[in-house]
Amino acid sequence: MSNRMGYVGIVALGILMLFMPLFLTRFYVYILTVIFVTALLAMSLNLVVGHGGLYQFHHGVFYGVGAYTSGLLLAKTQLPWWLAMAAAPVISAAVGLLIGIFCIRLNKLYFGMLQISLGSLIWAIAFRWYSLTGGDDGVHGIPVPEFVSSWTSAFYFVLGLLIISLVVLYSILRSPFGTTLQAIRDNPERCEAVGINVRRHQLAAIVIATFFAGLAGMMFVVVEGSVFPDLLFWVLSLEIFIMCLLGGWYTFGGPILGAAIIVSLRTFIGSYTEYWTLILGIMLILLIFFLPEGIMGFSLKGKMRRRGQVQESE
Amino acid sequence: MDAGQITLAAVGSHFMVGLSRAMVLFIVTSGLSFVLGVLRVPNIAHGSLYMIGAFAAHSIATFFGGGTVGFWLALFLSPIVVALVSLVAERSLFCHLYEREHLMLLLFTFALMLILGDLTKMVWGAEYRSIMPPPLLQGSVPFLGTPFPKYNLFLLVVGPVVAIGLWLFTSKTKIGKIARAAAVDREMVGAIGINVSWVFSFAFVLGCVLAGLGGALVSPTTSVTLGMDHDIIMEAFLIVTIGGLGNMWGAMVGSLIFGITQSLGVLFWPQFAIVFPYVAVVVILTLKPTGMLKSVW
Repeated sequence: MSNRMGYVGIVALGILMLFMPLFLTRFYVYILTVIFVTALLAMSLNLVVGHGGLYQFHHGVFYGVGAYTSGLLLAKTQLPWWLAMAAAPVISAAVGLLIGIFCIRLNKLYFGMLQISLGSLIWAIAFRWYSLTGGDDGVHGIPVPEFVSSWTSAFYFVLGLLIISLVVLYSILRSPFGTTLQAIRDNPERCEAVGINVRRHQLAAIVIATFFAGLAGMMFVVVEGSVFPDLLFWVLSLEIFIMCLLGGWYTFGGPILGAAIIVSLRTFIGSYTEYWTLILGIMLILLIFFLPEGIMGFSLKGKMRRRGQVQESE
Repeated sequence: MDAGQITLAAVGSHFMVGLSRAMVLFIVTSGLSFVLGVLRVPNIAHGSLYMIGAFAAHSIATFFGGGTVGFWLALFLSPIVVALVSLVAERSLFCHLYEREHLMLLLFTFALMLILGDLTKMVWGAEYRSIMPPPLLQGSVPFLGTPFPKYNLFLLVVGPVVAIGLWLFTSKTKIGKIARAAAVDREMVGAIGINVSWVFSFAFVLGCVLAGLGGALVSPTTSVTLGMDHDIIMEAFLIVTIGGLGNMWGAMVGSLIFGITQSLGVLFWPQFAIVFPYVAVVVILTLKPTGMLKSVW
């Protein structure tokens, strides 16, 4: 996308979003809010997987940790609301750092498998610790602060945080750190050879990504007012993977698009049939076979090809 | 059970229950490990095939009127049903992806899990089912003064039989050797004129058959229901990881650790019983990140 047109389009879309609650019914505003939350989650995964090249198989657990942190602090303690909300991304990033230190020693698939095990440990504890987490029921009816309790205010709150996060994520990717990270993804050996500390960069990427996943978890609590163990379950992690795949791994905006498509399809198809996962599975297979670079990646490649920047050698 | 009531006999009987649970876990996990070793793909759909094995065993046993004949036919036929399902999935779709990057293969097996899960719901519905073991294996025998189910004793026999059979197969037969060779160096195996695609297909189906056999074996001990796939696949992944990816004896060691910590956990702290195996996994991986035994990669 030619850059200036792109920026104008994004800003226009953002301004359009600001007026959405004036036109749409409560249900559609709710769907949009859920899309924003999921989009931030998918963006944060894309930072480590798409741009970092790490097999972050259990990203959902950090989303869940963020949700549980703010949810439990709001429901069970007298701490001020801002502290409960700020704690979510911080605790998530701390857990991300801890798990990351364990996993980062390993390569590719072993990294992913170890992360799944550590994440499952967190899930198992949340699933069973009835007195703290409510066990498999979770905690419902969490008292969210006054200023985000109505559906429009929750919408603006989530949208505002999403826009700030997008700006931050974008600048991280354009920073020397971000470009180094992508260089590591493409050729770790060479980066190591020119004196880059590969592991430290990857660990930093994990911490940043888990921070934003925790933030998304906190936003989930604001929207839904509840937490439950499915937020920590590995199936969710793979669903986020599908969103990134659908939108396009190596693109910045792809995961947002993927999240929007999956959430809307789930909502609308899910109301017609109980076989939503069957449709999701078929969609995923079609994607793998026909559109492995995702929608954004596909259109980007098409544009670059027209400008002659890509060799037709694949 | 209070801490005061824990006797040696209780520990012994829980240990034995854990051991028989470990045998089922081993049969399922060895299949996952075999696929992982040869194809280098963590097959997420493995749990779904286990679930289909259990459901098929129920249908077959019911069709033949239960009892001895129904049970043995179910045990024999439901792995064949699973073999057909996996063969169709592999030859029609999966085999075209072998040249692609690993993440795509992994996501494909996830898609397969989603599809098979819903197909199971369509075919068998959402209600709980259970089948009876044959009269020969009903009831229990006394063990250290507590009754021990005969069926669990049967599992304790089947597990080692499958392990030895699998070991003989991979180390003594030609096709088993080819499969192991393909796991180590697939280009070389292809270069000496072996159709690697068919070797992969065979390995995939064999792994899935073990999942189906595990599902059929477990069906008399637990209620057969949707959602079995989610539970077993995570356990199987963890077992494979702590055992060493692709190592069959690693799968055995991992299953024993997993099954026994879980059943002793039930004895000592029932509320957190499911946490114990995960803690064991984390401890092992902290000490030895690539698993207890050597991985085949």
